[in-house]
Amino acid sequence: MPGSTTVLLDARAVERTLKRVADEIVELNEGSEGLVLVGIQRRGVQLAGRLAAFIKHESGTDVPIGALDITLYRDDLQTVGPRPVVGKTELPWNLDEKNVVIVDDVLYTGRTVRAALGELTDFGRPARIALAVLVDRGGRELPIHADIVGKKVSVPRGGRVDVLVKELDGKDEVVLVAPAQEPGA
Amino acid sequence: MTQPLGKDLLGLAPLSAEQIRFILDTAEPFKEISERQIKKVPTLRGMTVVNLFFEPSTRTRISFEFAEKRLSADTVNVATSGSSVVKGETLVDTARNLEAMRIDMVVIRHGSSGAAQFLAERIKSNVINAGDGMHEHPTQGLLDILTLRDRLDTLENRRVCLVGDVLHSRVARSNIAGLLKLGAKVAVCGPRSLLPNGIEDMGVTVFNRIEAAIEWAEALNVLRLQLERMQAGYIPSLREYNRVYGVTRARLERAPRELIIMHPGPMNRGVEIDSDVADGPMSVILHQVTNGVAVRMAVLYLLAGGRPELASAAKGDVK
Amino acid sequence: MSERPLLLTGGRIIDPSSNRDETGDVLIVDGRIQSVGGKIAGPDGADIIDCRGLVVAPGFADVHVHLREPGREDVETVASGAAAAAAGGFTSVCAMPNTNPVTDNQAAVGFTVRQGVLAKQARVFPYGAISIGQKGEQLAEFGEMIDAGAIAFTDDGRPVQSAHLMRTALEYSRTFDVPVAEHCEDMSLAKGGSMNEGTLSARMGLKGIPAEAEEIYVIRDILLARRAGGRLHLCHMSTKGSVELIRWGKERGIGVTAEVCSHHISLTEREVEGYNTNAKMNPPLRTEADVEALQQALKEGIIDMLCTDHAPHHYDEKEREFPEAPNGIVGLETALGVNIKYLVEPGILTLSELVDRMACAPARLFKLPGGSLAKGGVADVTVFDPVAKWIVDPAQFKSKGRNTPYGGHTLTGRAVATIVAGRTVFRRT
Repeated sequence: MPGSTTVLLDARAVERTLKRVADEIVELNEGSEGLVLVGIQRRGVQLAGRLAAFIKHESGTDVPIGALDITLYRDDLQTVGPRPVVGKTELPWNLDEKNVVIVDDVLYTGRTVRAALGELTDFGRPARIALAVLVDRGGRELPIHADIVGKKVSVPRGGRVDVLVKELDGKDEVVLVAPAQEPGA
Repeated sequence: MTQPLGKDLLGLAPLSAEQIRFILDTAEPFKEISERQIKKVPTLRGMTVVNLFFEPSTRTRISFEFAEKRLSADTVNVATSGSSVVKGETLVDTARNLEAMRIDMVVIRHGSSGAAQFLAERIKSNVINAGDGMHEHPTQGLLDILTLRDRLDTLENRRVCLVGDVLHSRVARSNIAGLLKLGAKVAVCGPRSLLPNGIEDMGVTVFNRIEAAIEWAEALNVLRLQLERMQAGYIPSLREYNRVYGVTRARLERAPRELIIMHPGPMNRGVEIDSDVADGPMSVILHQVTNGVAVRMAVLYLLAGGRPELASAAKGDVK
Repeated sequence: MSERPLLLTGGRIIDPSSNRDETGDVLIVDGRIQSVGGKIAGPDGADIIDCRGLVVAPGFADVHVHLREPGREDVETVASGAAAAAAGGFTSVCAMPNTNPVTDNQAAVGFTVRQGVLAKQARVFPYGAISIGQKGEQLAEFGEMIDAGAIAFTDDGRPVQSAHLMRTALEYSRTFDVPVAEHCEDMSLAKGGSMNEGTLSARMGLKGIPAEAEEIYVIRDILLARRAGGRLHLCHMSTKGSVELIRWGKERGIGVTAEVCSHHISLTEREVEGYNTNAKMNPPLRTEADVEALQQALKEGIIDMLCTDHAPHHYDEKEREFPEAPNGIVGLETALGVNIKYLVEPGILTLSELVDRMACAPARLFKLPGGSLAKGGVADVTVFDPVAKWIVDPAQFKSKGRNTPYGGHTLTGRAVATIVAGRTVFRRT
């Protein structure tokens, strides 16, 4: 039976965190010139949209947003079981010389970001690529590091962090799902 | 959750409507890859695909080759003309040799109906039917249906008529199977001698005159008159065929609506279809070709890997 | 060489030729039926076969088998075919002449007769070809072949395309009073076809052979027989339409007989779904309606007898793309099981009628020995279990051919002992 869930960030906390992340992105970039946000399917895309809205509100700049589906670049396609559904990739402009910020909901093993880096370089040669995530839960399997982190969370073995977004799940929330109880434990 | 496709794609008749829709939906994101500057994704890297073509074909083979290469697979083309027996090696031996070389996937086109199934039953590699005799050409059927869906949004109750030599056409059989499953209304039009006996029992309307078909249809899929397959005597001459059944601009101008015009290619211009129609505003023929690569990429993607015996217990939580 | 006397005890004796269906004993001495019925005290030293629960019938005769020798001994020989026949309960088979070289002369006929004698299994009676080389051009030497042992003539494998030649063959055969058998197939309609023409062939993308390809020759030959006389025999009937045409001919007293194969009264074209080459033969399996019409025709006697069209093929030859695979399936060792399951069990034929169609009618119409358990007659006897259920395992066949659609099927009825001229040539252990 599934383990208990704890709410780590409620809707208000999510909003505050995202605002802070947006500010840090602009700070890291020393402004909003040449900035491009690329959200990783699926929830990274919605988060990128929110971040762009915050940046527009603060600085008046329209930061371009793209969506990246990394399914075809995964390193585990042979073993993952039934074929995962491939989502939409939309990067309508050339990435040469741009400052790309990859946006994702949860950073864990780092394999998704590795796949995203591989795919992005097939689209051009950005001036730099940075990584912004809402949650960093540790447990890296590759030398990947996030430049901007919304919240660091420590997750017990077998547990999970889920990010819910209003556009897809009806509410904004970050929950920690504890590991499932062993029957008769 | 759609039933998995299994090891092979042999035809559209054995698939459910859900499975067909699933393949079409999967093809959508693959369309975009052919528009990129770097038209390659690493998905099938390290896999070997053999294009085993026992019948001559340029466009289908090239389309598959692009699909395979854009997925980073290694491809090998084996083209033999004529019967494998004439060449000295039976299809069984060819199959066993491929298996011994640890080929991952085989795309086969063969002159005998049932040849793709014959191969699939004898090797563990994935087998994709690129046309077996007069039986099926499933990827063509899929790309035709995808092209219609792009224009019409849904196939439900839409009226599609296949025109020409349906009797000898595997493209027709795949289209009929797929379209009926998705709820379309399907008709055929051609000289009776080129329509299979029993076609009505397959749920298909028959038009003897092209004018009536044009009046009824929302889309025409014009089939190539199969010169190489016809036993002499099915129709008197090509000239007569064009006069009576040709899809001409004059006929289309009398249609009550603008039709979608399709053709699997290669075309016999001036026989089954006139140039000004093939190159005209209603034609989606080139669109079909573009969709062909995306559909084939989707099929390769869905069949390759995802082998249940390799699946780990973990549920894909790879962040 | 005289055998020991043989006593068959306690069996159900079914002999339609003498209107017999009763439990009793049969005594065979010196290759002849010495005594039938009742309780018989056997002479000293007689072999005894306990036939309780079994049927004792005149030996079955299959008038349509391909023994492939000479020419394809890799696939069957007269000896292996005759052994397969005996294992299926047949005491006589008639061998088709489409061998390589064609059996169209007295030397070739004599060869087949001799091979059959040497095999010491079921009796083998050769057909002679109607035309030299089966080319359909020139009449072969009927008289010479009959003297050498031929019992009928056919160009089976092919039709006799020239109506004139078929007419002359029928007329000439009257000198010898033997059947002339036709493989009814209009080649221009059937050309390129590999299964029955219909909705299934349309779906599967296979060129079909329409029923009319057979029926056109059926009516043609019946009309020729009306003019020419002779004893027309129609091979492997497969369609409802053919049955109607034969009925028409018989009603008018035209001398026509017909046979149907066990597969055509049991299976339909659905067997080839999945492109199963072990269900591919010519004429092809057809529809449910055809199967029913053929079954009824057997009952009424419109079709006179059952046969198998036993046609062994090498595994490699059948292991091919469907349209390229050769036509034909083996049948000797499954015939009885199929016939009982599909004709007797559902009540279409009684066991007695089945025995008539498998033993009495063929022997009578082709003038073969046996076909009767009458006292004094030659002792060709089949003892079989009419209810035993068994699963077909082609690997166990005595025939060299394994090409059967019945592999893994459960059939009803099996031969237990096959006796030819008083000698037990097959015994199931």
